[in-house]
Amino acid sequence: MSELAIEVERLVKRFGDLVAVDGIDLSVPTGTCLGLLGPNGAGKTTTVEILEGLQSATSGTVRVLGRSWEDAPDDIRARIGVTLQETRFHEKLTVEETLTLFRSFYPRGPSVETALAQVALEEKRGARVGTLSGGQKQRLALAVGLVGDPELLFLDEPTTGLDPVSRRGLWTLIEGLKGRGRTVLLTTHYMEEAAVLCDDIVIVDHGKVVARGTPEALVHSLGGEQLIEFVARPPLPPEALERVPGFSALRQRGELVSLSVQALHEALPALLRIADEHRAELVRLSTRAATLDDVFLALTGRTLAEAEQG
Amino acid sequence: MTGAAGWLNPLWQLFLMRLRTFRREPSATFWVFGFPLLMSVVLALAFRNQAGTRLFVAVADGPDRAAVVAALSASDGLGATPMPLAEAREALRRGKVALVVVPDAAPRLLLDPTQPDARTARLLVIDALQRAAGRSDPRTLSEERVTLPGTRYIDFLVPGLLGFGLMSSSIWGLGWAIVQMRMGKLLRRLAATPMRRLDFLLAFAGGRLLLALLEVLFFLGFARLIFDVRVAGNPVTFVLWALAGALTFGGISALVASRAQNSETASGLMNLVTLPMTVVSGVFFSASHFPGWLQPVLRALPLTALIDGLRAISIDGAGLGTLLFPALVLGVWGAGSFVLALRLFRWT
Repeated sequence: MSELAIEVERLVKRFGDLVAVDGIDLSVPTGTCLGLLGPNGAGKTTTVEILEGLQSATSGTVRVLGRSWEDAPDDIRARIGVTLQETRFHEKLTVEETLTLFRSFYPRGPSVETALAQVALEEKRGARVGTLSGGQKQRLALAVGLVGDPELLFLDEPTTGLDPVSRRGLWTLIEGLKGRGRTVLLTTHYMEEAAVLCDDIVIVDHGKVVARGTPEALVHSLGGEQLIEFVARPPLPPEALERVPGFSALRQRGELVSLSVQALHEALPALLRIADEHRAELVRLSTRAATLDDVFLALTGRTLAEAEQG
Repeated sequence: MTGAAGWLNPLWQLFLMRLRTFRREPSATFWVFGFPLLMSVVLALAFRNQAGTRLFVAVADGPDRAAVVAALSASDGLGATPMPLAEAREALRRGKVALVVVPDAAPRLLLDPTQPDARTARLLVIDALQRAAGRSDPRTLSEERVTLPGTRYIDFLVPGLLGFGLMSSSIWGLGWAIVQMRMGKLLRRLAATPMRRLDFLLAFAGGRLLLALLEVLFFLGFARLIFDVRVAGNPVTFVLWALAGALTFGGISALVASRAQNSETASGLMNLVTLPMTVVSGVFFSASHFPGWLQPVLRALPLTALIDGLRAISIDGAGLGTLLFPALVLGVWGAGSFVLALRLFRWT
């Protein structure tokens, strides 16, 4: 078995004049989870669909499980599992009938009962797909992705619309897959999810990779790992704020100022002194540890929630 | 390793999917089974007992009107009604009477000779009036009344409606299902599995054959029971011909649905295919009524070929040997569109 489950070099995809993917490189070691993050239209879905064999690349090389799509499409398809962002399975078929249908395409894999148990849908076994809730449909899509016991699983926004309990159940499931040497490629807009599940994260924007690394390294790359957020009236001059000990970055969104610093216990007293000097009142003041959300904001100028709205 | 065994066979599972989704969709059942029946009942009622119909004529004011009415009423095929001339002209215009007689020393007939009923009525009226005036017939004719099976309009209509039903259920049933699956990204999802593309198409073809078989048997049984319509030729040949037609239209449907991304495009294309043929391919009246220069085009249409074959087998008792040309037409359309659909088909 190849050590890399996915190898992508200089991947380019053009639709006429539009460049959807502009030279992306990826390498995903077997048994790890890669999180692919980025705003809508960044080229995430196009990249994933090329990896899934649903679209062809304009140029660049793609190897999945050590094979290329040109040479061994059937072999790759039998070894990967896929959940698309939105699949409407036949509403008139039952959950069990749908799973049995997909199970029949694969040479090996768990029984339908096992697949149902993995996503906790046993009690919906005989229910028509049309009667399922959004979260249940999502779990069915996941079970359909798992039914061939894939070595490599593609998950496109797998927990959108899931309740917290189901989401954590899914996380446990993915951890279990990794434990068995399976590889996962995940796109998500829950930063928490990416931080918990992914060994590596790649952030793409405008078809290019803008940052990559472990979740910790990405957060660390912001320079500060603590954030102080406040609203000052009147506003404090940026030059003054840059004198705060351990200062690394300053961002302003409307009235709200967020200050990245290394150590709270040094920065906070200094900030209060500066506010005093400028006779400013701190209307709101809060502190928190920096997260991947902040990385995303720093790199793309948007929060992930805004990015999702398109 | 239970991959190919029994119930987990992918072709069988895809076939089951087709049958289940059809059976659980009541409107599909109606369009395939209910609608053709409804059509045949309505049309059969409209064109019932044509043979015994009397033609109605009006007799306007004039000398000896009572004698003229009596003479006409003595004729088997005529019903005569006296009315004023203006009213009679109006009745003629509305088609309530086939002809108007204005009594006189030399009676006048008002009629529109392009109407078949008017021409028939003219012959009957002339005959009745001349006989009443004492014409003697130099030759005696006898007639034998025959009602052969296969000569009624319903005998002509049933194969036409069956062909129309097979075309509709193939084009709409199959094409619609494919477009729905594409819209719901289910085709895309299937394309990401190791499913053999051929299995998918075979399952659709198999499902179509089974449903078409039920459709034919159901419709034939119904026509026999209600209208006493019989197949003069070999019933097996008839059913096989109908199934070949269903497969041909299945291929055309796969072609129509091979790229359509949404239901608006799909229904537009399907109407474009089915509506013209419904009119010109002889569902309700023989396609030979169209002018001669158009005939080669009409004969080359798949619905004309299907219906001509069905009529030849059920009315004339024809065997496959006499149906080579329509068989060729069906085969070329079916195989051609199937091959083209395979090349053009979009899974995404």
